[in-house]
Formats: sequence, structure tokens, C-alpha cells
Amino acid sequence: MAADLITPTHYMLLSAALFMIGVMGVLLRRNIIIIFMSIELILNAVNINLVAFSAELQNVVGQVFALFVIAVAAAEAAVGLGIILAFYRNKETVNIDEMNLMRW
Amino acid sequence: MEYIWLIPLLPGLGAAINGLVGIRSFSRQTAGLVACAAMAAALAVSVVAFWQLLDLPADHRAYDVVLADWIPAIPLQTVGGVGSFQAPWGFRLDPLSGMMILVVTGIGTLIHVYSTAYMHDESRGGVARFFSYLNLFCFFMLLLVLGNNFLVMFVGWEGVGLCSYLLIGYWYQKKSAADAGKKAFITNRVGDFGFVLGVFLIFYTFGTLDFRAVQDMAAEMPVEAAGFGVLSAICLLLFVGATGKSAQIPLYVWLPDAMEGPTPVSALIHAATMVTAGVYMVGRNAVLFSHAPMVMEIVAVVGVLTALVAASIGLVQNDIKRVLAYSTVSQLGYMFTAMGVGAFAAGAFHLMTHAFFKALLFLGSGSVIHAMNGEQDMQRMGGLKKHLPVTFATMLVGTLAIAGIPPLSGFFSKDEILYRAFLHSKVIWGLGVVTALMTAFYMFRLISMTFFGPYRGPVWGGGGPGGGHDTSHDAHADGAAAHGDDAHGGHGHGAWHGPHESPTAMTFPLMALAVGAIVAGFFGIPAALGGSNVIEHFLEPSFTASTAHAGEHAVAHASHAVELGLMVFSVLMAAVGISLAWRFYVTQPDVSARLAERWAGPHRVLFNKYYVDEIYGATVIAGTAASARGLWTFDRQVVDGAVNGTGWVTVIGAWMSGLTDRHVVDGAVNLVGWMAQESSYWFRRFQTGLVQNYALLMLFGVFAFVSVYLFTR
Repeated sequence: MAADLITPTHYMLLSAALFMIGVMGVLLRRNIIIIFMSIELILNAVNINLVAFSAELQNVVGQVFALFVIAVAAAEAAVGLGIILAFYRNKETVNIDEMNLMRW
Repeated sequence: MEYIWLIPLLPGLGAAINGLVGIRSFSRQTAGLVACAAMAAALAVSVVAFWQLLDLPADHRAYDVVLADWIPAIPLQTVGGVGSFQAPWGFRLDPLSGMMILVVTGIGTLIHVYSTAYMHDESRGGVARFFSYLNLFCFFMLLLVLGNNFLVMFVGWEGVGLCSYLLIGYWYQKKSAADAGKKAFITNRVGDFGFVLGVFLIFYTFGTLDFRAVQDMAAEMPVEAAGFGVLSAICLLLFVGATGKSAQIPLYVWLPDAMEGPTPVSALIHAATMVTAGVYMVGRNAVLFSHAPMVMEIVAVVGVLTALVAASIGLVQNDIKRVLAYSTVSQLGYMFTAMGVGAFAAGAFHLMTHAFFKALLFLGSGSVIHAMNGEQDMQRMGGLKKHLPVTFATMLVGTLAIAGIPPLSGFFSKDEILYRAFLHSKVIWGLGVVTALMTAFYMFRLISMTFFGPYRGPVWGGGGPGGGHDTSHDAHADGAAAHGDDAHGGHGHGAWHGPHESPTAMTFPLMALAVGAIVAGFFGIPAALGGSNVIEHFLEPSFTASTAHAGEHAVAHASHAVELGLMVFSVLMAAVGISLAWRFYVTQPDVSARLAERWAGPHRVLFNKYYVDEIYGATVIAGTAASARGLWTFDRQVVDGAVNGTGWVTVIGAWMSGLTDRHVVDGAVNLVGWMAQESSYWFRRFQTGLVQNYALLMLFGVFAFVSVYLFTR
């Protein structure tokens, strides 16, 4: 019965909320660490979606994919934090408004 | 006799050897030897051929050799339908050409021998060049006299003109010599033009160019006694050619200037052989000419007038070679007089005797010039008799011969001409006798001024340069100085040891020619003197087409008494001339100066040669120059103008095309670039470098796509 209470729609609403929170974080915050964390939120929103549908459709591929996403996210976090560290050493800041070297 | 083609070929070979090899590598002796050997060989062949010709019966003394085809048959329109224009390398030996080859090779050989000594002061290559030209001349001259058709004759005709030009201009560093060469060549060209037209007309009329065929056909045609028909036109054109080559009025002006050449050249080309080519040509076409009496009259008048005019100029000239040159012109006038009055044999006879004594006189004058170290002005000579005994003796023989003193050769030939002229017209005879008087006078004036009286030339010996030798316009020393590339001893260089007799190589030809000048006349002793006029009967077949018509033009004969009277009279005239000259220039030298003062006007006219050169310069030459200038102006203004106009149009067109290119084509390209640049100012605003902006735009993009996907389905 509990399964009936929590339908895929709920999961998707949660996932969408989480995704939107992530997107807002990415777009609006200025601290790059926060942006990074927001990206993690987006990835996890996707993971919720994948796991939800895996359960719904009784297909394990979704879970496997979710695991991959987690692994890639970890790797990405490692690389991203490295870049941030290097940037910080040069600029003494983590404000994304300062990161406009690719400007016209 | 079948080897007569060797006669021209041998000197041609000599010319080729000397010209191709000799100029670079022969010594003076070798070059002279090659040339003389070629001539001597040609002489030997000629003598043998002539001997064989004499063996033939008188009516059949003609021998044709066709060596090769030259011009294959080309169909050409003629009066009698389509004829075939063709010419073989054909040679013809008959009495006339037989006499000519003997004269050319005989006198030619002697002059070659003479030249080996005379040209000794020239440079090594210069000697070979000289002999090469001289041999080449003999080649062409023999081609001229031996050819059996008009075209072979024409090749020789032009060739001798070429060699004459080359040899007159032999000392080409001297402007006067180079100019004289050009004058001779161009004046001859005028005559050659007439000759060529005559040959064209002959082919158009007869359809052939073979001498014998033309003669036979012409003999069948009626004599153009009344009118001026095609035969007269042919003969007049041919005679124009003869006036050029044989220096007759109005084209005689080149011959006196031709004396700029070396003296052996003057002797061979401008006295003995080439200038008689015109006489030979008229004799060769005797049948044609005898059918055109009107032209014959012109020939006789031109001849006698030339004789008179040239002799009168010769009276006052001071250059020894110029006197002889005018004498040559005058004697050629005699020959044409003979041709004109129908005495072809007499003309040819005089040609032969004249070849002997005039070559002798020229070589003698060369010997004098040689002895005087290049001096040619007779006013600077005198008293040379004791220094040049052989030259004096031989020249005296030549002078007596040309003056017509019996029994020397000139007497017989000249009196034959005068006698025949007397039968034809008393006026022509009168002018001829006056000329004979003048001839005797100016020739003895030459002898007197040169060999008698006090010596008036430059001083020699230890006294240094002496009497102003620097003013002399001596061809010889100039040429020697210009050519001399090595210093060899003797005359011509450095010290001059006074007048001296010439070496044997020069005196031997003089003596040989003197013998010729004495005996040559004995072939033509007229019947009035108990002779039989051998040469006239010998030559007669060459002047008639066939015996059938021989009786048609029976020559009028006066009695022997008249002939004898005429002879005595002309000998008397010669004696008067001689004694006058003796008186004026030896016994009373001041008389001539007084006469020149009293008759200053006529003297000046004669001394300046009737101003003929000046008149030609003012009319013909100035006219030619003016028309050339006119054409040049036309060329510059109209032809060049058209070319320049075309160029100008092209430039303008190119300029317009350039404008189009720059503004229209480049403009379009630049516009595209400009538009890209301007638009980029606006579009680059998107490139903020802020990742969040990009992300936002991506988001909007996703919204847009999803919206389209959802709402437009």
C-alpha cells in the first residue's frame, strides 16, 4: 500500500524540485563551491529519477546507471575541486564573477 | 671544249679557298699563289677551248654545254600563250665569248700577278681578302660571258657589280672609298633595273631566254624601221642596263669615283673587263639591236656624246687615275658608237684592244703611284722617266696605242669604228674625230706631266718628310697604314727612298700587256691596208642569227681611197693632239696655265666635270631623299599614329577595366567583409566569459525547445 501512496509522480516531483533547486543554485550563487554542490544536487535529482523508474519498471539497468552517475560525479568532484584549488591559488578568490577569462 | 664550265669555276674555287681559309691562315705568298694558279688554270683551259673552237668550220663555231638544270620549267603567260620559264646552267662558247674569255683570263692572270707585288704592303688577311674578291670577280665575269641564256648572264652581271663594289670599297676604312663603292653599286642598280625589265620583256615576247633561240626568233621578225615596237623597247631597256654597267651617259658618274679602289682593280674591272660587259651584251644581242634601228641611233648618239664629254673632262683632271678613268668612259663611248652604227665586230675589236692598252695604262699608273709612295696627283710628279724606265716605255706604248698611232692596236680598232661611223653619219664621225684629238692630247698630257719635265714631287732621302707629302690623298699609303699589322721592310712604311722602278712581278705584266697592245691590232688590219680583217670575219657568226639573212643588211662600202684618207686624217689629228700636249706641258709649261686663266669659265666647268655630280645630287638624289623624308613623315604620322592610337585605346580600356575591378568587384568582396565585421561587434556581446550566463542561455534554450515540442505538436 505504501507503494501506492508513493507513485512515480511523487518521485518525479521530488526530482524536478531538486533539479530546479540545483539549477537555481548554479545560476544564482556566486561562490563556486556552492555551484559545485548545486551540480551535485542536479546529478542526484537525475539519480532519483533513474532509480524511481528502475523500481517502477522492474528493470535493474536504471540502478546500474545511477551507480555510474555516482561514480562519475565523484570523479568530477575530484577534478573540479582540483581546478578550483588551482584557481584559488592564482586569484585568491572563488567568486565566479571573477572567472571571465574567456570573455570577448 | 666540253670542259668550258671549268673556266669560270676555277677562279670561283680560288675565291672560295682564299675567302674561307686564306683570310684566316694563308700568308701573302700563298694567297697570291692560289689566286694566280686558279687564273692561270682558267687561262689554260680557255686557250685549249679556243684552239678547239678555231678547228671547227667557221659556220659551226658554237658549242653549248649544259651543266645542270637551274630553274625547272615554270608555266608563265607570254605573248604567244603559256610559255615555260626555265633556265639551265648552260655555257656557250662561240667566237664572241671565246674572245672575251681570252681577254678576261689572259689580262686577269697578268693583273693577278701584278697584284701580288702591288698589294704587298697590305696586311696578311687583307691580301687574301683582295685575291678572294678578285678571283670571285673573274668567276662572275666568266659566267657573264659564257652563259648561254639571259639568266646566267644576269647572275654574272650582278656578281661583277657586287665584286666591283667590294673592291672599290676595299679600303673601307676610308670614307671616300666606301662612298665610291656605294655610288658604283647604286648607280649600277639603276641600269640593272632596265636590264631586268628587258629580260622580262624578252621572255614575255619570245617565251625563252636562250640567246640562240631569241636571236633566231628575232631574226624572223620585221625590222622596226618606222616605229617603236616591242623589239625597240627590249633593246632600249637592255641598253639602259648597258649604260649602267659600261658607264655611259647618264650613268657614267660612278666610274671616275671607282678609282678609289686599288689600281689593279681599276685595271681589271674598271678598264678591261667589267665595264665592257655592256658592250658585250649589246654585241651578244646584235640581232635584236639590228632590228631596232631607232635604238641603234640612240646607242650611237649616246656613245659618241659620252666619248666626247668624258674626253673633254679628261683634258683638265690632275689625278692620274681619274684621267685614265675618263679615258675609259670615253673609249667605252667609242665602242657603243660602233655598236650603234652596226659595226658590232669593230666594237668588239676595240673592246679587245682597249682591254690591252687600258689595262697596261692602269697598271703603269699603278706602278707610278707605287713608285711615288701613293701620290696620285700628276702636278706632284714629273721627270720620272729616268727613275721608271720600264714603266715609262710600256706606258708610252699604251699611250701611242690609245692615241691611234699606227701600227699599234688602237689605231686599227679606232679607225675601223671611225670609218664605219663615217659611212653612217658624218656628224658622229666628226665628234669621234674630235674625241680622238682630245684623247691624244690628254694622254700625252698625262705622259708629259708624269715622265717629262722637272721633278715636282716630295723630297726624299735624309731631308726628312720634305715637300709636304702630308697633303696627298694617297689611297695606297692610307690603306697600307690602316692595314699594316706587321712592319716589314721596304716601301710603303717608314722611310721612302724616292721614286724607284717596281719589282719584276709588276713590270712583267706591263711588258706582256705592251706586247699585246702592239700586236692585238694585227688581227683587224682592214682591207684598205692590205689586210683581211681576220677578227671581223671570225666574230661575224656571233652577230647574225643565220647566214640566210646575212645579205639583207649589206654594209655600205666606200672606196679604199676614202678609207685611207680618213685614216690619214685621224692619224694627223692624233699627231696634232700629241704635239699640242708636248708644247703645253713640256716645252712651254706656262702656256697651259695661261690658257686655263684665259678660258677660266670653261676650264672650271671641265675641271668640275660639268657639275654632273652636283646636278644629280640636286635633282635625283635630293628628290629621292625628299621623297624618303616624305614617306618617313607619313610613316611617323600615319602609321606610327595608328599604332600609337591603338596603344592609347588599349591603355584607356585597361584603365576603365581597372576601375571596374577596384570598385565593383573588390567593393562586393569588401562589403561582405565589412558586414561580417560590423555584425560581430553586436554578436560578441554574448561572449561574456561568465559560465553562468551560458548556463542560463542553455536553460532558456532547453525551455524553448521543450516548449516547442510540447505546444506545437
